[in-house]
Amino acid sequence: MSTQARGGGSIQAQAGGHEWEIVVGLEVHAELATRTKLFSASPNSFEGDPNTNIDPVCLGLPGTLPVLNVQAVELAIRVCLALNSEVRPSEFARKNYFYPDMPKDYQISQYDKPIGVGGFLELPSGKKVGIVRAHIEEDTGKSTHVGGTGRIDGAEYSLVDYNRAGVPLLEIVSQPDLRSAAEAREYVSELRAVLLAVGASDGKMEEGSLRVDANVSVRRRGERLGTRCEIKNMNSLRSIGRGIEYEAKRQVALLSAGESVSQETRHWNESEGRTLTLRGKEEATDYRYFPEPDLVPLRPSSEWVESIRSALPELPRFRRARLAAAVGRDASSVALFVERNQDTLAIEAVAAGADPAAVLKHLEHNLSEGTGRLTAGAFAELIAMESKGELTSNQVKATLAEMAATGADLKSVLADADYQAVSSSRLSSVLDELVAENPVEWERYREGDSRERKKLQGFFTGKIMRLTKGQADGRAVAELLRKRAQV
Amino acid sequence: MRQGALTLARHVRSGEMSAVEVVEESLAQIKAKDGRISAFNAVLGERSRRRAAEIDRQVALGEDPGPLAGIPVALKDNICASGVPTTCSSRILEGWLPPYDATVVTRLQAAGAVIIGKTNMDEFAMGSSTEASATGPTRNPCDLSRVPGGSSGGSAAAVAAGMTPLALGSDTGGSIRQPAALCGVVGAKPTYGRVSRYGLVAFASSLDQIGPIAADVADAALALEVIASHDPMDSTSIPDPCESLLAAVERDVGGMRVGLITDLLGEGIDHDVTERVEAAARALEESGAEVQEVSVPSISYGLSAYYLIAPAEASSNLARYDGVRYGLRVKGENTEKMNVATRTAGFGDEVKRRIMLGTFALSVGYYDAYYKKAQKVRTLVIRDFEAAYRSCDVLLAPTSPSVAFAFGERIDDPMSMYYSDVCTIPSSLAGHPAISVPFGTGAGGLPVGVQILAPPLREADMFAAAAALERA
Repeated sequence: MSTQARGGGSIQAQAGGHEWEIVVGLEVHAELATRTKLFSASPNSFEGDPNTNIDPVCLGLPGTLPVLNVQAVELAIRVCLALNSEVRPSEFARKNYFYPDMPKDYQISQYDKPIGVGGFLELPSGKKVGIVRAHIEEDTGKSTHVGGTGRIDGAEYSLVDYNRAGVPLLEIVSQPDLRSAAEAREYVSELRAVLLAVGASDGKMEEGSLRVDANVSVRRRGERLGTRCEIKNMNSLRSIGRGIEYEAKRQVALLSAGESVSQETRHWNESEGRTLTLRGKEEATDYRYFPEPDLVPLRPSSEWVESIRSALPELPRFRRARLAAAVGRDASSVALFVERNQDTLAIEAVAAGADPAAVLKHLEHNLSEGTGRLTAGAFAELIAMESKGELTSNQVKATLAEMAATGADLKSVLADADYQAVSSSRLSSVLDELVAENPVEWERYREGDSRERKKLQGFFTGKIMRLTKGQADGRAVAELLRKRAQV
Repeated sequence: MRQGALTLARHVRSGEMSAVEVVEESLAQIKAKDGRISAFNAVLGERSRRRAAEIDRQVALGEDPGPLAGIPVALKDNICASGVPTTCSSRILEGWLPPYDATVVTRLQAAGAVIIGKTNMDEFAMGSSTEASATGPTRNPCDLSRVPGGSSGGSAAAVAAGMTPLALGSDTGGSIRQPAALCGVVGAKPTYGRVSRYGLVAFASSLDQIGPIAADVADAALALEVIASHDPMDSTSIPDPCESLLAAVERDVGGMRVGLITDLLGEGIDHDVTERVEAAARALEESGAEVQEVSVPSISYGLSAYYLIAPAEASSNLARYDGVRYGLRVKGENTEKMNVATRTAGFGDEVKRRIMLGTFALSVGYYDAYYKKAQKVRTLVIRDFEAAYRSCDVLLAPTSPSVAFAFGERIDDPMSMYYSDVCTIPSSLAGHPAISVPFGTGAGGLPVGVQILAPPLREADMFAAAAALERA
């Protein structure tokens, strides 16, 4: 019995000749980018020292009451609309369980009446992944277990930081429509792009503002759904791919050996590269949900929902399609620029005559911190100068940074920087002088083996750079040397 | 206190009397009497004196400190005042100092009131006798061998003994009205949402409501006018403004339609109590009101529904007392054991009983049969009240099935203790206002309270009828 994983994540059991299919549904928790917490006025920020962004309400002190943050509701509605979900009248409920990082020992969440129901997310591949629901809930604090085993059960003591307690989350639950680890990654990355585009979340997986749990099962093609396991603790796109892949293999191995998969929650261990049992079905907590009596039902008016809909920005897949058409690439290769909100500038720069490849190159490498106040016209003009060899790549980079930061026009930036465009004729005359002054070296450069030539290319390039005060373009110098020596 | 809050405040505002004098008298009364009564968990002598002096300075400067100028107010010990221990008469909150003021405290102080102390209660407001207090019981000033009722027994006893002209209580199933009745004072539970719950330590969130306890109806009206307000910190707070209750107290009740609730007379209600309620009906008639009998049939299910809903919410509200952040902590070898040890040592029997009842009622497989069904009963009670209010402006009923009972009589029999709330629970379930007014005495010369119930937001009618009874 052996199993193998292939590129797309499809798994085939060699024995028996059955082809296995992975079935994945994802639960994504996105922190909503509100100014304050879901039910209180503390900043929604857990930077800074532990327990500094807290207040009596988010600490659940006796006597305090939650008050719903309207901005969180608006951001949730934006996401629902972007996912084609129906925005419904919703209610909050209490999810009761004891945990030290949860100040009230219950979480205020939405249970049987979530804000968003149904809908779909269209992946770049064109596949539509169904959405079951989206609901608003509060985040917990963070525990640190010190000494001993370093886990909650064997530590010497534990510390709790409540800065994150009460931060608003939107949990988005997909249908089990995903059929491979790669597809799951594609879903998360597209959902992230949507969250960013509508301004609902910063989507930073590494900082935990986007957290993904996966329900994974396998089945032989055409058969009914297998028993699923929930995989937690996958903290990057890469670990989502690896975790799902591993879990599917594990289940296929069990089933192929005639054993069964037991329904449980499993923990992805990134360093060991495997999933481990966290708790079984029988250990599942009874959360004793009941309607939250401290809050009133949430009934967004249709006027409000419509005004949010009409202000909704264009979604990433449409933006990618427009940019792709403008620069002559395929949509999947331009996702980065849409994610960075560089697509409008790119399209305008290309329309102003700039070379699309150069536009994308600068956006990707030289403007990764943002395009600031850079205008499309100046961007296009600069690219034209660069292509004529009038500016070195370092000068272009510095000019872009300056224009992005200040919004100054191209001429004044170039004038202020006193860039001497090192023309090819000036380069040529500089080289003439050098050849005359260093005939031996020039000869060794022309006649030497490749090692020798490389060494002397460095010698000449260094001298040229010194004579041109570093303004010469490295590539142009290399080209000139090669031509002159005819090597 | 020799005079009521209304009169005292008038004297302080006019400069005829100083706030310091008023507060000193209250403190002297407490010193003289509370050793026997044990109404107070904490007396805030220094703080009160400082505050009274401030009010006197305001008056001297020609400013008006407000309608409760210099009036001592005792807070039930489940209402938070910044920096003042709030224990809920439980060991589990030992040492906890709230870092904030309840909205009612802010409003009281803005009206010139002086927080004189914190009063004893059944632990976390769970009880009807104030015997279930970790600090020991409060005695009824009318008969020291009897309970003051509960759970706001400390507040009712403090007012009844003249130790403070005003106190605040909280009413979840009758916890203001029943002790007021047993101690012979006035206690009002406003419409749910009328008074902000922000800063009231939760027992059962959908039922809890803060209200005043006072020696007479006008003082209760005055206090409620001050604390009633819309509060953005409480999402269940009502935006509608409250009508003038002091004006309502002066109102004639001629033509007012009063319904005598027949379901709360006769079986299960002591004869002496029934007699006083019937006398109250006659008195209202003599004042010009039209009295008729009405039935609110579903209130017979009220008690059962209440004892599912309230414990269910309590089981969740009291989860936070886990030893992690504040209050008592009993060490354990891991977090879970610390939680269990803390809660085992920190909560009394009645609290534990209700947490278990409530946890059970919310569990998978039982939720529909218990919690959900109880909520349906609640809807039925509201509908029956609505029907009754089609022909009545207010309703009349006993407050408590009996006069004050003796210590130990019911504490070991939860069902008989729970039955103490049978007359007060219906308005709590419906979220309607109700007030208890002393109306003569029953067995052993002990006070009997009668209850005026009103539709939501109609506190004015309720106070008008209550004042008419008081005048009768």
